Amino acid sequence: MGSFATMIPSVLMIVAPILITAVGGMICERSGVVNIALEGLMSIGAFTAATVHYFLEPLTPLSIWIALIAAFFAGFVVSIIHAFASITLNADQVISGTGINLLATGGTTFLSQVFFKMERTAPFRLGMMPGFSGIYPTAWIALAIVIVAWYVLYKRPVGLRLRACGEHPQAAASAGINVQKMRYVAVLLSGGLAGLAGGCLVLTETIQYTVNTINGAGYIALAAVSFGRWRPLGVSAASLLFGTAVALAIYMVNIESLRFLPSEFFSVLPYIITLVTLVVFSGRNYAPRASGQPYERGGS
Amino acid sequence: MAYAIEMLGITKVFPGIIANDNITLRVQENEIHAILGENGAGKSTLMSVLFGLYTPEEGRILLRGKEVHIKDPNHATALGIGMVHQHFKLIHNYTVTENIILGNEPRDRLGNIDLGTAQKEVERLSNMYRLEVDPQAVIEDITVGMQQRVEILKILYRKADILIFDEPTAVLTPQEIDELMAILARLKAEGKTIILITHKLREIKQVASRCTILRRGKVIDTVDVDKTSESEMAAMMVGRAVQFQIKKAEAHPGPVVLSLQNLSVKNSRGSSAVNDFSLDVRKGEIVGIAGVDGNGQSELIEAIVGLRHVESGRILLNGQDVTSKGIAERIRMGVGNVPEDRQKHGLVLDFRLDENLILKTYARAPFCSRSGLLNFEAIRQNAQRLIEIFDIRAARGPETKAREMSGGNQQKAVIAREIDLSPELLLISQPTRGLDVGAIEYIHSRIIAERDKGRAILLVSFELDEIMNLCDRIVAISKGEAVGIVDAKQADEREIGAMMAGLRSLHASDLEGKAHLMANPS
Amino acid sequence: MKHTKKLAEPARRDRTDKLDNLLANDNAVSVIVVLLGLLFGTLLIILVGKNPSGMYSAMLQTLTGLDIERGTWNARYIGEWLTASLPLILCGLSFGFAARTGLFNIGAEGQYIAGLTAAQFVALYFPPIPILHWVVALIAAAIAGALFGGLVGWLKARFEVSEVVATIMLNYIAFFLSRWATMQIPGSNTYKTPSFPASAMLTSNLLQSLTNDSRLSIGFWVTILCCILYWFIIEKTKLGFELRATGYNKEAARCSGIKVTSRISISMILAGVFAGLAGAIVALGSFSYGRVLAGLDNYGFNGIAAALVGNNTGLGTFLAGLLFGMLASAQPLMQSRQIPKEITWIISGLVVVLISLRAGAKLFLAWRAKNKVRMHMEIQTASDAASLEDSLNSGNGGQKHNG
Repeated sequence: MGSFATMIPSVLMIVAPILITAVGGMICERSGVVNIALEGLMSIGAFTAATVHYFLEPLTPLSIWIALIAAFFAGFVVSIIHAFASITLNADQVISGTGINLLATGGTTFLSQVFFKMERTAPFRLGMMPGFSGIYPTAWIALAIVIVAWYVLYKRPVGLRLRACGEHPQAAASAGINVQKMRYVAVLLSGGLAGLAGGCLVLTETIQYTVNTINGAGYIALAAVSFGRWRPLGVSAASLLFGTAVALAIYMVNIESLRFLPSEFFSVLPYIITLVTLVVFSGRNYAPRASGQPYERGGS
Repeated sequence: MAYAIEMLGITKVFPGIIANDNITLRVQENEIHAILGENGAGKSTLMSVLFGLYTPEEGRILLRGKEVHIKDPNHATALGIGMVHQHFKLIHNYTVTENIILGNEPRDRLGNIDLGTAQKEVERLSNMYRLEVDPQAVIEDITVGMQQRVEILKILYRKADILIFDEPTAVLTPQEIDELMAILARLKAEGKTIILITHKLREIKQVASRCTILRRGKVIDTVDVDKTSESEMAAMMVGRAVQFQIKKAEAHPGPVVLSLQNLSVKNSRGSSAVNDFSLDVRKGEIVGIAGVDGNGQSELIEAIVGLRHVESGRILLNGQDVTSKGIAERIRMGVGNVPEDRQKHGLVLDFRLDENLILKTYARAPFCSRSGLLNFEAIRQNAQRLIEIFDIRAARGPETKAREMSGGNQQKAVIAREIDLSPELLLISQPTRGLDVGAIEYIHSRIIAERDKGRAILLVSFELDEIMNLCDRIVAISKGEAVGIVDAKQADEREIGAMMAGLRSLHASDLEGKAHLMANPS
Repeated sequence: MKHTKKLAEPARRDRTDKLDNLLANDNAVSVIVVLLGLLFGTLLIILVGKNPSGMYSAMLQTLTGLDIERGTWNARYIGEWLTASLPLILCGLSFGFAARTGLFNIGAEGQYIAGLTAAQFVALYFPPIPILHWVVALIAAAIAGALFGGLVGWLKARFEVSEVVATIMLNYIAFFLSRWATMQIPGSNTYKTPSFPASAMLTSNLLQSLTNDSRLSIGFWVTILCCILYWFIIEKTKLGFELRATGYNKEAARCSGIKVTSRISISMILAGVFAGLAGAIVALGSFSYGRVLAGLDNYGFNGIAAALVGNNTGLGTFLAGLLFGMLASAQPLMQSRQIPKEITWIISGLVVVLISLRAGAKLFLAWRAKNKVRMHMEIQTASDAASLEDSLNSGNGGQKHNG
């Protein structure tokens, strides 16, 4: 049983990016926009962080943090596309999100070719180092983000207004709230957080960015949002659950008693768990009422 | 005379129609001014202009003598103009207080929302205007009447002194209507100016001092309510002498077609919607279900159609138990349905007219061969036939997309399809919602014609006038229960209204007394 | 103040009507979107300092076999282009078929993998009877795809699970399952199985000779057959009527006695069949041994672009699939002209994003059409001016996706 306890830092390392992305997804959906593009935005963030860190590593000890900030901005900027398409132009949010995912795969590989002449980024020497008791700083970053999100959503006026946009945008508009502006902020924020999460992932779990780096983490985060009933506490618990499944997949091979199972079993475990929880807890009734529906302003 | 609002020469044009044609409206300070008109007369557009939702092509607006250009609803609110919408703009899972303060939240020193101060303010306003609400209740748990009070408090919280009420009584029980009339009187007593948009003559007579009548975008006249009779106002509204009573022959009801026995049905949220409901409908009669929206009528119809599961009780069609039969089977057995939301349940808007007309019969010959191939020629001819019989106007005939048709013609298409099925039982819900007078008359005459052919018809409508005009027998529904069945010829509106509110067998005179007391608090 | 008739009115209405008509024409929009994608790709190439003519000459060579720079002609490029298009067309049909029923099938990738795996198994285990061998393989692939698709349909119909995230999970599940199962085949290592017997392969001597020994296979005929079948089912049959009604307005369909739940299941089953066949055609037409998948082939995702550009129709998807197949198979030619081959993925992604705007354009048009109609005396209240849109929108049963 000791081996499970020593796994905790690794579990937190894997949970952190999922949680950060899920918080962003939650904020976004609470404002009424569904952001399927989280996967692609994480990829973009991961690529950006890996690239920036690679180039800055020999120059400054702060390159990790600069890389993370750059990752946030990369996600922020690219999600402008999704925001513009779904909010201003009332596009089908799932299709535009899927398009961004396709764009992200192509774009990051394209830029890798341009910068590194290969389909992946060049490996950096040293990623983020674990801190106190082996826990990576990203876990604390994730925790801070959840707490701030909870505080703003439920205690601040802007949170009350944002949630109103997701439940009944016409009511929010009649109360003087600029629904479009709120949704833009939410989408851009979720893009930034997804980018940041991608950066955290690549800097803690691996040494370079490839097309397989994110491997469904963005979609798992999306599932965590609905499993967590769109609330900070639930989303945290869900992210913890899914992240643990992913961690088990990687570290189960270290546990003697389970060696007989093929490695694919562990690889597939997180996705099966996600799917099963989706089925068992298909919480349609808890979604923000106006989530996913284009908002049209009245009057001519 | 001091005018609070003057709208001078307002003209508002949309593609294809002049919605407001050189309208001049003058509302005095501290009066209740009614705007009367049918659907489409332009009263809604005019108030949208006042509230900043639209910009007029021509015309000026004066607020207490000073010209203003109202850019958007926020600007209107800042000027002290507030609007209580017909479809409430409330967040279903927020509390009453949160809904009222949304957008104008009181803050504490740290900038957080100060719910304590908010609640105190809500209580203060609630007491001042005697608008009874529970500040901590969640919107989806409270009655429609209380929800409307929340809407009113919203605009009072923002210090409105000119209040626009948009068809406020459409969703209220007669009891709640009386309460609202009392509220309006109180608001006036507190110095507010009120504009009341409505097509209900009785309410105008009850509270308004002056009334402006609109028809087809133009002002017909502005009258003193005391000096004008209801029939005079109605005639101005419609443009001719109005027939309040539809001429119809005696009903000759035959054997029972539909029998509902102790039916209990739950709504989508899991609570009881229909409770121990029993009713028989015979061949050749029209039975009406009178009630305010939300009392179980929708769930009742859905149960009969087969869309909703029945918790207990039975549904019998011509003696056969259909309670557990599927929708397609019930259609085959002769159930026709004109749904209350034609665009959601009645038509596939992206289908052509001819496809919509065979929506229930597509699998039968001649529209479909045994191997499953559609016969487009037959489908088109069928549509052509129905277009002629029912006078359905569609720009490109059978090929027109349903989406492009007007509401009246969409409704005609649905009715045509259902009647053409020659159903034993015809269910009709809100048949004339959103239609103009011409279409309404046509549809009413069609319904009577079908009754005379021997169909059993069950009619659900929120318009008491429609029920009383068309039906042979009327059952009132309140909170899912049948509260008494009366013969239409002997029915008194007040009595049915009382039943709709859940009160059984109260005498009309009692009600009048109560209404009088509530309208004149002293 | 007299109201004077504005002469400017008709002219303005005329111009906006033209715009409406253009936007309403789905095919025109598709063409515009593709051109925009290509334009952007060109600009991007220029931006990174390369010559865009390389991209276009690569595309030309792919389409016609003509190498402009060297003046040679080789029909093999045409064959390879068509080969690359086939799985895209079929996965496009898969997405499109589900879309017509109102479902968003991103699971085509997993259904493709299921079909591919099943085909490989039949190729290696079924007795090597000529013709029957590959026929059975195709049937097995279709069934495998059908099962995977049907699973999604069942989850959706029974549990109301959103197909969006569920199918993505199933994609990964299919991937890992395929790897594990394929590696169990005796004689396999971590990336391939033993070679297929000749009877299992889809090679077509006719097509090969026509295209100078390319890999173009019988899959070509299968694909064309599928396109025709797709069109026929949707447009001409009772089933297609029910599927379309369900897709446009599930509630009205249900009220009319259409068994919506089973239609959804059938739709996903058939969608799975198309994608499964795509997997079989790739496995048995382009390879002579089974593969242990190292990564996703991505036909399932890229097929989405084909369906969207093709407006979810049989012919449209066919043409769009050819377009994206051209982009894909032009990649090595581009690489040899110093153009990074990922530009084609970027163009694909951009096309999908732009196409999503078309849905927005449709909503915009519907809103304008509603405006024209509802102004005709049927607005009920002022608040309807703002909220009629949402009640009508939710009423028309348009495709909503709650993530």
